[in-house]
Amino acid sequence: MSAPRGKADGTTPLLQVRDLSVLFPGRRGGAAVRAVERLSFDIAPGQTLGLVGQSGSGKTTAGRAILQLQKAHEGSVRLLGQELTTMRPSQLRRMRRHMQFVLQNPYSSLHPRMTIGQILSEPLLVHHAVPANRIGERVAELLELVNLDPAMLRRYPHEFSGGQRQRVVIARALAVNPDFVVCDEPVSALDVRTQAQIVALLQSLQERLGLSYLFIAHDLAIVREVAHRVAVMFRGRIVEMGSAAQVYDSPAHPYTRLLLDAVPTPDPALQRERLRQPPPDLRFLDGDGGSCIHGIDHGGAPEWHEVAAGHGVSCRYWPADGTVVSRPEACP
Amino acid sequence: MTGRLLEVRDLTATVTTRRDVIEAVRGISFDIGVDEAVGFVGESGCGKSVTAKALMRLAPEGAAIALGGSVAYRGLDLLTLEEERMRDLRGRRIAMVFQDPMTSLNPVMSIGAQMGDMLRHHFGLSGRAARERSIALLDLVGIPDPAGRIDDHPHQFSGGQRQRILIAIAISCEPDLLIADEPTTALDVTVQAQILRLLLRLREERGMALMLITHDFGVVAGMVDRVNVMYRGEIVESGPVDEVFAQPRHAYTRALLDAVPRLHGAGTVR
Repeated sequence: MSAPRGKADGTTPLLQVRDLSVLFPGRRGGAAVRAVERLSFDIAPGQTLGLVGQSGSGKTTAGRAILQLQKAHEGSVRLLGQELTTMRPSQLRRMRRHMQFVLQNPYSSLHPRMTIGQILSEPLLVHHAVPANRIGERVAELLELVNLDPAMLRRYPHEFSGGQRQRVVIARALAVNPDFVVCDEPVSALDVRTQAQIVALLQSLQERLGLSYLFIAHDLAIVREVAHRVAVMFRGRIVEMGSAAQVYDSPAHPYTRLLLDAVPTPDPALQRERLRQPPPDLRFLDGDGGSCIHGIDHGGAPEWHEVAAGHGVSCRYWPADGTVVSRPEACP
Repeated sequence: MTGRLLEVRDLTATVTTRRDVIEAVRGISFDIGVDEAVGFVGESGCGKSVTAKALMRLAPEGAAIALGGSVAYRGLDLLTLEEERMRDLRGRRIAMVFQDPMTSLNPVMSIGAQMGDMLRHHFGLSGRAARERSIALLDLVGIPDPAGRIDDHPHQFSGGQRQRILIAIAISCEPDLLIADEPTTALDVTVQAQILRLLLRLREERGMALMLITHDFGVVAGMVDRVNVMYRGEIVESGPVDEVFAQPRHAYTRALLDAVPRLHGAGTVR
C-alpha cells in the first residue's frame, strides 16, 4: 500500500468511524465494561466534530481508540481512506504524522528539562518531516504559527504561562503537518480569557491549514463555539448527533436537554430562576438504557432515529412513562 | 440584611514560598452581612483564594502568609486574636469547603470518624450522639442510605457525593459563614447544579452567610447578592450581582464577561 496523499479531496470524509467499541476487562473477574459502544461518525476535511459528555462517558477512550493508542474491541477507523485498526505497526507509525493529539494539561504534557526548541524539533526528527538543516527554520515557523516569539526557543516550559504552554503543545502537534487533530479538553485547565484566545487560535489554524478536529470537552459552551457538528456521549454511546445548531437549539434526546439545562448561565435572574426549579428526575438514566422507545427490534442495526437531515438520536435512555413530550419519529 | 457579620478593611496578604514573595492581596475592603451571599470572581492568581484563607488565618499549601489590615467578625478582630480562640472559631463559626473533595478528606478514615471528630471537638458530643448527628447531616445533604454508608471511606463515594460530605462537615457546627472555594469546579455539569441547589437550600434553611469564590460567572450568577471582581490582588469592581452583570463598569469585568462562551444566540462564530 502506498503512503496516503497529504490532504483529502473534500468529497470523502477525512475520518470515518464505524461501530467502534472498546471493552475494558472487568475487575476481579466481573463483567467487562463497555467504555465505548458502537461509535459511528464522519469528520469532513476542515471540519470540527465536538464530542461532549460527562466524565466517564467514554469521550477520552474514544479519542484514544481513534488514534490507535487504545485497542478497539471491534469496529473500523478510516483516516484518509486507510483502515487504521488492522494496520501493521510500521505502517501505523508512518500514518501518525497525519493524526496528532493535544491534551488537557499543558503542565504535564511538556518535558520540563527540554527547551521549547528541543520539544518542537523532536517530532520533526522522529518523522523525518524536514531535512536536518531546515529544522531550526521550521521550529521558528511553528512558533510564529501559534503567535509565540521565535526568540523563546531556548526557554523551558516552566518559564511560560498556561496559555503559552498550550500554544507550544499545539505547535508540537502541528509540526508534522497533520490533517487531523484530537483535542482532548484543550482549554479546560485555562482561565476564561486564555480559553478564548486558544479557541480563536485553533479556529484560525483550522482555516489556514484545513485541519479537521475531534474536539473533546465537558464544557458545552466551549464546544458550541468551535464545533460544526456535535455528538453527545452517555455511558459509551452517542445518544444524539447533529449540527451544532440542531443539537443546541433543538435538542431531541432527553439527556442532551438535561445537560444543556444544567449549564449555568451568566444571567443572574435566569440562573436564579433555574436553580429554584425542582431538580430533574434522573432515573431514566439508570440501568442499561432499556429497549427502543418505539418498540422496534433493531436487530443488529444501529439503534438510531433521524429527527431531521443530519440530526439523529438514540432510542435508548428515554423516560419510559412518556414524561418527555416530543419523541423522535420512528424511522429506523 | 440585618447587620454586618464580617468587616474587612485594607486587608493585605503577602505569601512567601521557597521561590517567591508575592503580594497576593493588596489592601482590599469588603463587608459580608448576616445571611448575605457574596461572590468573589477572578482568574487564577488574582488573590481570591488567598483572601478566603486569610480570613481564617490559614496559609496556602507549602507557604507562609503575612497579613495586614483588619478582619472584624462580629466586632472581634480576627487578625490579632490568640491562636487558641481562632482555632475554636475555625470550623465552628466560619467553615470552609474547597474545590477538591478528594484531597480535603482523609482517605484512611471513615466518613463517620471524620465527622464525629469535628462534632466531639466543638460540641463535646458523645460518640453515639456524634454518630447520630452525622447520619442526620448526611441525610440533609442528600447522601442515600446515610446510616448504611457512614462507615464507608472517601474513595467509596463519587466526586459529587464527596463534595456533599464536605458540605455536611462544614455545616455540622452550624457556622455563621460558609466559605466555598470553587466548590463545583471539579464536577460534571449536572452534579454541579445539584450542589448549587443544595447550597442555596442550606442557606435558606439555616440563614447562613456565604462567601462563594469562583472563576465561573455562570456559577456566581444565581447564587449571590453581591459580587466582587478581583484582579491582581485588588477588588476592581463591587456591586449587586444584577448590576455588575448588566452594566459592568470596569474594563476588566467587561473583558471577563465578554470571554464567557455562550450556549445560545450571539457570540457564536459558527
